[in-house]
Amino acid sequence: MSLLIKGARPYGEDAVDVLVSDGVVAAIGADLSTTAETVDATGLVLLPGLVDLHTHLREPGREDTETVLTGSRAAALGGYTAVHAMANTDPVADTAGVVEQVWRLGHDAGLVDVVPVGAVTVGLAGERLAELGAMADSAARVRVFSDDGKCVADPALMRRALEYTKALDGVVAQHAEEPRLTVGAQMHEGERSARLGLTGWPAVAEEAIIARDVLLAEHVGARLHVCHVSTAGSVELIRWAKSRGVQVTAEVTPHHLLLTDAQAEGYDATFKVNPPLRTGEDVAALRAGLADGTIDAVATDHAPHAAEDKECEWSAARPGMLGLEQALSVVVDTMVDTGLMTWREVADRMSVRPAAIGRLAGHGRPLEVGEPANLVLVDPGARAVVDPAALASRSRNSPYAGRELPARVVHVLLRGEPTVSNGKVQK
Amino acid sequence: MPEALKHRHLLEAADLDRDDATLVLDTAAQIESALAGREVKKLPTLRGRTVVNLFFEDSTRTRISFELAAKRLSADVINFSAKGSSVSKGESLKDTALTLEAMGADGIVVRHGASGAPHRLATWVAGSVVNAGDGTHEHPTQALLDAFTIRKRLGRLDGVRVVITGDVLHSRVARSNVRLLHTLGAEVTLVAPPTLLPVGVESWPVTVSYDLDAVLPGADVLMMLRVQAERMNASFFPSAREYSRRYGLDADRVARLGDDAIVMHPGPMNRGMEIAADVADSPRSTIVEQVGNGVSVRMAVLYLLLGGNA
Repeated sequence: MSLLIKGARPYGEDAVDVLVSDGVVAAIGADLSTTAETVDATGLVLLPGLVDLHTHLREPGREDTETVLTGSRAAALGGYTAVHAMANTDPVADTAGVVEQVWRLGHDAGLVDVVPVGAVTVGLAGERLAELGAMADSAARVRVFSDDGKCVADPALMRRALEYTKALDGVVAQHAEEPRLTVGAQMHEGERSARLGLTGWPAVAEEAIIARDVLLAEHVGARLHVCHVSTAGSVELIRWAKSRGVQVTAEVTPHHLLLTDAQAEGYDATFKVNPPLRTGEDVAALRAGLADGTIDAVATDHAPHAAEDKECEWSAARPGMLGLEQALSVVVDTMVDTGLMTWREVADRMSVRPAAIGRLAGHGRPLEVGEPANLVLVDPGARAVVDPAALASRSRNSPYAGRELPARVVHVLLRGEPTVSNGKVQK
Repeated sequence: MPEALKHRHLLEAADLDRDDATLVLDTAAQIESALAGREVKKLPTLRGRTVVNLFFEDSTRTRISFELAAKRLSADVINFSAKGSSVSKGESLKDTALTLEAMGADGIVVRHGASGAPHRLATWVAGSVVNAGDGTHEHPTQALLDAFTIRKRLGRLDGVRVVITGDVLHSRVARSNVRLLHTLGAEVTLVAPPTLLPVGVESWPVTVSYDLDAVLPGADVLMMLRVQAERMNASFFPSAREYSRRYGLDADRVARLGDDAIVMHPGPMNRGMEIAADVADSPRSTIVEQVGNGVSVRMAVLYLLLGGNA
């Protein structure tokens, strides 16, 4: 099957025609003509399909809040062609059996490549290593290991995990949160937590773990990935570690690029998230870190939750917020429209580098002839107000409800097959 | 009778500007003089209105104070405590709110262990919500009764130097008092070991000291906060004895206070911990008086929130 994309602007640059055939980019040029079906992409920005390093799809275990299928739809609508499914399911993805189940569900949904993340420790309990090798060798080909939601806090265990994954070409993705400094923590510790009477989650609880882990990664010569960096101090530490040659990568979420702890006023638990929303200074540092490449990737930390787990007391609510369908819009809003990043850099942070971190061969590739046709076409001029009821996710806990955001995902191709056409998901 | 408050709810001390806070205190004083010497201590003002006391946390004294206040205004009062109710069977705050709403509660007085619970409740009901203490956030009627007590004893609030000592970090009383006393023109000093002061306290309109003895001579009011001895298990301080020695109010410290200075405590007290028994029972102490003033102030709040649109 062939498809001719007319007038698209690769990386937002000069318009060309792109011929997709048999799942790959077959030709790029001016005024290509063919008998194939044609998509009018005049004015649309063409990017490689987005790759998310951090998605919670909730299946198995909490299918009432999301399934691999509904999460795949949300991902496709957000412009993604691959997502990493976090391990904190029920049962936990800590065996080859569970990761293969998730992988198969993703394969059956057929909208994005669902790449399971394996737990670092059995049951996310932080006590002993899960069978990382078995998960790596399974059909799911796990390369990213994470106890996300929980920190691998034991320094000796973290050291072993870093060392062991070297043999698997894997990476440990750390949720950096010193647990003894965050007992009962509800929001960023500072002026607002003091006034609102909510237990503080201090920046140092994140930074202390990152400082420790980059030194451990350096010591054992292993790769480390830092999940959802949220503080200015964390950006500084990662910048320092990279300058020393430590193999460290990092991600930032869309919500940490846009929102601050001011959202806690009024106690609407939609805005409760872990790590918490931080200050305006932190937001500025995260944007600067993403722009200069200190932070490698934007990752959604898409975290669907049932209404009853959000429409309650702040301290009783579960942390987390939706992100897949608005991630690109938030990045355009905070990084492109502000002049901090080009579209080429958006492709780098949302596709190229996350694919490299996750060792995904067919994703994050250049827009060149012969490359897999994992593509997204974006209308940069469109603006829309976010309506949680209209989301494809099974949950409604979007922090962007009522907010007008730029950029609309119009078409998405997964190996040449349309998964989204004219803003409509195809399955 | 006086006008209504600007806000429909009383969720935190910041809901009251100086005019509204003064209105509450003046109304409480009027109610007191109206009832003084009467055999039947009851006003017909809230006849036919329903006030629900929704207590998710045990607090007999605050609940009784609100109950008495509502009854003295002739309101119908329903006490709804979490224990033995649908809440203990897992009903959510929202469902409880919708139930009370369907029953036509005009006022909901809520005590809850979670900071912000009254704020959430207020978004789900049409009636007025009065925060009777939420987690470590606020307890605005306690601050009102404290301000009322100070004004009664000292005759003014503007420029009064109030020292608040104790577990500020976990204290909703401290948060409400800092805000309200500042609104009313008092000068507040917080005294505590640094472990019991919140990160971010620098942004509060207060002076902070770690040294109780240093601030005693200049104080008009010394407000002692309850300190739970169990806090020492989380290393907030080494021992109850050391806390008491450095931050407790004993007779020696009281002797260094000015002649007219008063000693306050929101209760319940840990005698021997933050306050010595002889100090609590001394003539400077307003502790028993605070309890009585609490009823008057809560009557004023209920009257001003519910009385206007009968």
